[in-house]
Amino acid sequence: MKNTRTRSALVAAFAGLALVVTGCTSNDPQTTDTAADDTANDAGTSDSTADDGGDAAGAGSGNDEVGDTVVIGFSGPAADHGWLAAINSSATGAAEQYEDIDLRVAEGTNDPSQQIALVETFINDGVDAIVLLPTDGAALTEVAMRAMQAGIPVVNVDREFSSEFAARTTILGDNYGMGVSAGTYACQLIEDEGISDPVIAEIAGIDSLPLTQDRSQGFEDALAECDQTVDNRVAAEFTVESGERVTSNLLQAAPEIDIIWNHDDDQGVGVMAALDNAGRDEMKLIGGAGSANAMRWIQEGRMEATVLYPPTQAADGIKLARLLAQGKGMSDLVQVEVPRRIVLNAPVVNADNVEEYMDLGFES
Amino acid sequence: MSSDITATTAGEQSPSEAADSTQSAAPANPVVRFLSTGFGRNLGLIIALLLLCVVGFATAGDRFASADNLLTILRLGSVIGVVSIGMTFVISGGGIDLSVGAIVALSSVWATTLATQQMAADLHWVVMVFTAIAVGAGCGLINGLLVAYGRVAPFIATLAMLASARGLAEIIAQRRTQIIRDRDFITFFGGSAFGIPVLVIIFVLVAVTGWVLLNRTTFGRRTLAIGGNPEAARLAGIRVQRQTAMLYVLLGVACGIAAVMLMARTTTGTSTHGMLYELDAIAAVVIGGTLLSGGRGTIVGTVLGVLIFTTLTNVFTLNNLDTSTQAVAKGIIIVAAVLLQQRVAGRHQSSG
Repeated sequence: MKNTRTRSALVAAFAGLALVVTGCTSNDPQTTDTAADDTANDAGTSDSTADDGGDAAGAGSGNDEVGDTVVIGFSGPAADHGWLAAINSSATGAAEQYEDIDLRVAEGTNDPSQQIALVETFINDGVDAIVLLPTDGAALTEVAMRAMQAGIPVVNVDREFSSEFAARTTILGDNYGMGVSAGTYACQLIEDEGISDPVIAEIAGIDSLPLTQDRSQGFEDALAECDQTVDNRVAAEFTVESGERVTSNLLQAAPEIDIIWNHDDDQGVGVMAALDNAGRDEMKLIGGAGSANAMRWIQEGRMEATVLYPPTQAADGIKLARLLAQGKGMSDLVQVEVPRRIVLNAPVVNADNVEEYMDLGFES
Repeated sequence: MSSDITATTAGEQSPSEAADSTQSAAPANPVVRFLSTGFGRNLGLIIALLLLCVVGFATAGDRFASADNLLTILRLGSVIGVVSIGMTFVISGGGIDLSVGAIVALSSVWATTLATQQMAADLHWVVMVFTAIAVGAGCGLINGLLVAYGRVAPFIATLAMLASARGLAEIIAQRRTQIIRDRDFITFFGGSAFGIPVLVIIFVLVAVTGWVLLNRTTFGRRTLAIGGNPEAARLAGIRVQRQTAMLYVLLGVACGIAAVMLMARTTTGTSTHGMLYELDAIAAVVIGGTLLSGGRGTIVGTVLGVLIFTTLTNVFTLNNLDTSTQAVAKGIIIVAAVLLQQRVAGRHQSSG
């Protein structure tokens, strides 16, 4: 659905040929299982909320009741890793809950100029609201501003625009806060376990992204609170393979590590593989993002904790866009209007509360 | 591909000598003769690698020189090394393949789908190895047919494969990371024999096979011949199209092997495997001394090229330096290694 026709055609042609080369293999069991489960769950939630109407404990108002049908355009980066894939599925999942949302999903792309063109299409089509997770916040600011001027409310998700005027509402995870949570948790561990002179390592994500820099800054600042510094720092690329590669080298650089903070659970699979390969388990591993894999490792005791950076913010973006387009406010707040800015908390999930957060964990 | 320069060079030398000397007239001076051997031409690379090791030892001491660390370097280099050896053949044959990373991704995904893993659980994990290599070979065959018989420029044909193979990998894996459940597979490839990691042994085996194939067989001579001058090769009775197609299949098989190794290292198959492998492999091959225009190839050079990059990353990590500095150093190393090589070659030509 995200591929252009040409690409699909190529893929199809290639798939046909490849099928001849080897026997057919498939992921069907997994596909149907999870997809069916997801839809079932979603349908369940939407049904129950619709039935409950306004008197459900948490709802507080009739915001979930069917209103005017609104057209919402959604555009995000190419979903090339688990977290971004979860962003997409959470957005479409949220839209499916409501009969009154007509969601148009633009093809995912990592090219800002391509994404600008996609947003321009939304403007020309006169959609009622746009939810935008920009490939690059600064590069998409101008076109978002044009949408706003055309009277289309823009909901900015995750990566921020460079102008306040480019979005009606911004919803984003707290990258600096993630670093602070991880650092504070590390300080706590050091105190609780009485580790003297701890060796602390950091496995960052793509180093050129502002979000990585924010996370590292937060980590550094929080560690400074307990007079600690990062002893070894490496940067991976959010992929399993890069996680394994940089961690293998890191383990050689530091023969004894007490605490590792790994920014991203997608690359965390590779980090874990490298630890296993080297037979090292002396350290406490703290993750980031909160994938289902990480939560399972926490349950098994192979990982200490992970700091959440939930992909469900795209679902919240869709919900906010619906409220904006229908002229509603957030029912739990006194304010009539949807707030300008929502920053998600970055809680730490460990063995004590992992059951509670398990449902938020995304399959990467 | 067949510029005038390479055409004349290839014309002057018989294909059998192409691998061993750049000029047909062997120089009299023993030093120059030494420099014109394969080892001599790799001297620049060996110097660069030794310099890196000296820097590593000086800055990180025993942490660098430990056996464990050296095995880590070799293990990290082994996956991209296998791809680079396959790439040496395609580039020597006058082609280029941009799709290697995507093929590695697709092979790793295809070999770790639930269906394949189920079959592997029922029979043996060899099923996964076979699937990965077969998918790699299949992709290589498509590349080869398009280039050799479809007359699509290699750059474009493999660019199309780059896009579609990774796309297909994403579709099959649904952009998720597929974890391998078969512990025997992981234990076998993740383990060691005689103290040497199995991955490194595979790399060595592939490198030795590649060296023999390129330097000691008709297949290798034909490869260099079609890379140097396809028209002359055709007139000499070589079936250029078939040979070209086979080179891409060979590289596809190498990608399949690399996918198996990557699966063992990361315990997963996913569509993000092998990102930018095409550039790493081409860089290693070219600094190794293989001519980008074809007609000359060196497996030893490629192996040295791979080791230089892997050691560089390792030394930087041991010293806790950031990736941006590393990228700059990587660029400088590429230029320095090629310049060193040219000086060696230049001295050879002026005195010979």
